[in-house]
Amino acid sequence: MKEQDQERKKIISVSNLSKVYDMGVIKVHALRSIDMNINEGEFTAIMGHSGSGKSTLLNIFGCLDVPTEGKYWLDGADVSHLNKNQLARMRNKKIGFVFQTYNLLPRTSALENVELPLLYNPEIRRKERKERAMNTLELVGLTDWSEHFPNQLSGGQQQRVAIARALVNDPVIMLADEPTGNLDTRTSFEVMEIFQELNGRGITIALVTHETDISKFAARNILFRDGRISKETIIKNIKNAREELEKLPPEDEL
Amino acid sequence: MNLLNLFVIALRSLNKNKIRSLLTMLGIIIGVASVIAMLAIGQGSRDSIENQISGLGSNVIMVFPGATFRGGVATAAGSAQSLEMDDLEAIRVNCPSVKYLSPVARAGGQIIAGSNNWNSSIRGVYNEYLDIRNIEVESGSRFAETDEKRASKVCIIGQTVAENLFDEYTDPVGEKIRINKIPFTVIGLLKEKGQGGMGEDQDDIIYAPFSTVQRRMRGDRQNIQQIYISAVSEEKIELASEEIDELLRTRKNISKYEDPPFNIRTQTEIVEMFTSTSNTMMVLLAGIASISLIVGGIGIMNIMLVSVTERTREIGLRMAVGARGKDILRQFLLEAILLSLLGGLIGAAFGILSSKLFVAIMNWPVTVSSYSVVLAFSFAFIIGVFFGWYPAGKAARLIPMDALRYE
Ligand SMILES: Nc1ncnc2c1ncn2[C@@H]1O[C@H](COP(=O)(O)OP(=O)(O)OP(=O)(O)O)[C@@H](O)[C@H]1O
Ligand SMILES: [Mg+2]
Repeated sequence: MKEQDQERKKIISVSNLSKVYDMGVIKVHALRSIDMNINEGEFTAIMGHSGSGKSTLLNIFGCLDVPTEGKYWLDGADVSHLNKNQLARMRNKKIGFVFQTYNLLPRTSALENVELPLLYNPEIRRKERKERAMNTLELVGLTDWSEHFPNQLSGGQQQRVAIARALVNDPVIMLADEPTGNLDTRTSFEVMEIFQELNGRGITIALVTHETDISKFAARNILFRDGRISKETIIKNIKNAREELEKLPPEDEL
Repeated sequence: MNLLNLFVIALRSLNKNKIRSLLTMLGIIIGVASVIAMLAIGQGSRDSIENQISGLGSNVIMVFPGATFRGGVATAAGSAQSLEMDDLEAIRVNCPSVKYLSPVARAGGQIIAGSNNWNSSIRGVYNEYLDIRNIEVESGSRFAETDEKRASKVCIIGQTVAENLFDEYTDPVGEKIRINKIPFTVIGLLKEKGQGGMGEDQDDIIYAPFSTVQRRMRGDRQNIQQIYISAVSEEKIELASEEIDELLRTRKNISKYEDPPFNIRTQTEIVEMFTSTSNTMMVLLAGIASISLIVGGIGIMNIMLVSVTERTREIGLRMAVGARGKDILRQFLLEAILLSLLGGLIGAAFGILSSKLFVAIMNWPVTVSSYSVVLAFSFAFIIGVFFGWYPAGKAARLIPMDALRYE
């Protein structure tokens, strides 16, 4: 689907990136000198065993954590040594993050959950904020659910609200850490369908998963092992989530 | 994040835990209510004292015979017979800072007019007494020059006395009444004065010439119970009092170092005496109230710490989508301030209400001053900031990843 285009903009670029958790007695090497790039429009799946450093990498990508060593360029800017407030700015403007556990604010409507990142952007006024949140909810097919609280939504719907929240600030990249980890097969596929659709619109996505089923929806698979990239595969026949959904047995037979 | 949004978030979070918020506010509510009520009571009693003292008249100096006057209590005042009519005249002649003076003779008794009777107090005074105390005659007249010399049986009566002795169609002026069986002619009706500082009726009074009361009712020719004097101006009160003291000492052959058999009190001294005691009371009461405010503040801090812990994941999430430490600090600080201000508001309402209740039920003199409300509010605000700062700062310093992982 995507040929290697040298002209394409690098959204993420890391070189010699390491992360060491100093636990006093022992030092945990979560990432060991990683070099990798993610280009604009790519859909990357990061795979690997538990503890291989996938989340650590994604958190650094998402400016939620800082590397111990190495360089990290996000959208052309060096973000390796930013302070707390600058990192917050980056997260607010450039990053959309989707968590395994949705992390929606309880007793807060779907719409207001989606608005949240824009609330921390002083340039965006109330009217624009509401509009953008509503449009993004429409994108994930939840227009009719905008006034519902998270506890009135299914897991899949909650994750779609979370995806809308990650999209609303128009990020340069969407990062998702096991977004289907808490969902059944059908709902997982529905979520992947949304990711594929968004990617089709040109949105860059990096997703962590340990299910091979899920990684096959992404064009590029990177396998981690002990904090290192052990293998990178370009998937030839990418699975289409909508088709896979149709192949599943009808719901009433389950 | 702008203030309005922060405000909405804070209000919502308080609304989600209504009971908890209310209980937390209770300390502040009680604190603010008691600050306001205490200050209102303090201010009220001070006002009533001031009222009463100013009701004494303007630039007043009082001279009592005999025993000393200590701590506001006259010990057997008037028992020593030391003030005489000659002293009075000497003061008039020799003290340039004295404007008016009048002896006072007090009596009480039953007053009868036709078939009505009433008990009241009677004061024998000069016309000057009315000037000293700013007492005005509404209808009729003051005493005539000759009334004092002849000890005429005439009197000027207050409104309450008039109402109880005569029906509304009768003009009391010119009517005959009997005071302790002695017949008097009413020559004047006083202007209504209303309640005094202690709630007493200032219109329940009868004035007669001094000599009339002194001789006919008290059977005394020489000794004066009290002299009422006014100084020429407020600045001259002290001077006048010194002049009187010097004169009386000379007349009675008493050196500066001895205790005199008379007692001089100026209006300023009386004001100071009462306000200093009411000041101490007020400081004490306000102190107790402030302690409950501080206890309320600790309650707020406690609940804010709980709230920060409970909402660690929320804080993490907010940070993950771009909130800075500053934003989180503001959010929790505003919540604490809102708690204390809301408590302050409810407390102020309670404070004012209970002050009014004091007035209504116990007839206490209570004055709610706006400054006490402002004071209590600012105090509540400061407590909100002070005790909210630590929990809010704790929230702001959280690391996003750790907060998100918090169980
Ligand atoms: N905050 C932390 N403090 C100390 N060690 C940590 C911390 N976070 C991660 N680690 C360690 O770093 C290594 C990589 O963890 P990471 O969470 O990146 O793994 P993962 O690939 O996401 O695993 P999983 O599939 O189970 O989510 C692990 O050994 C883990 O114990
Ligand atoms: Mg992980």
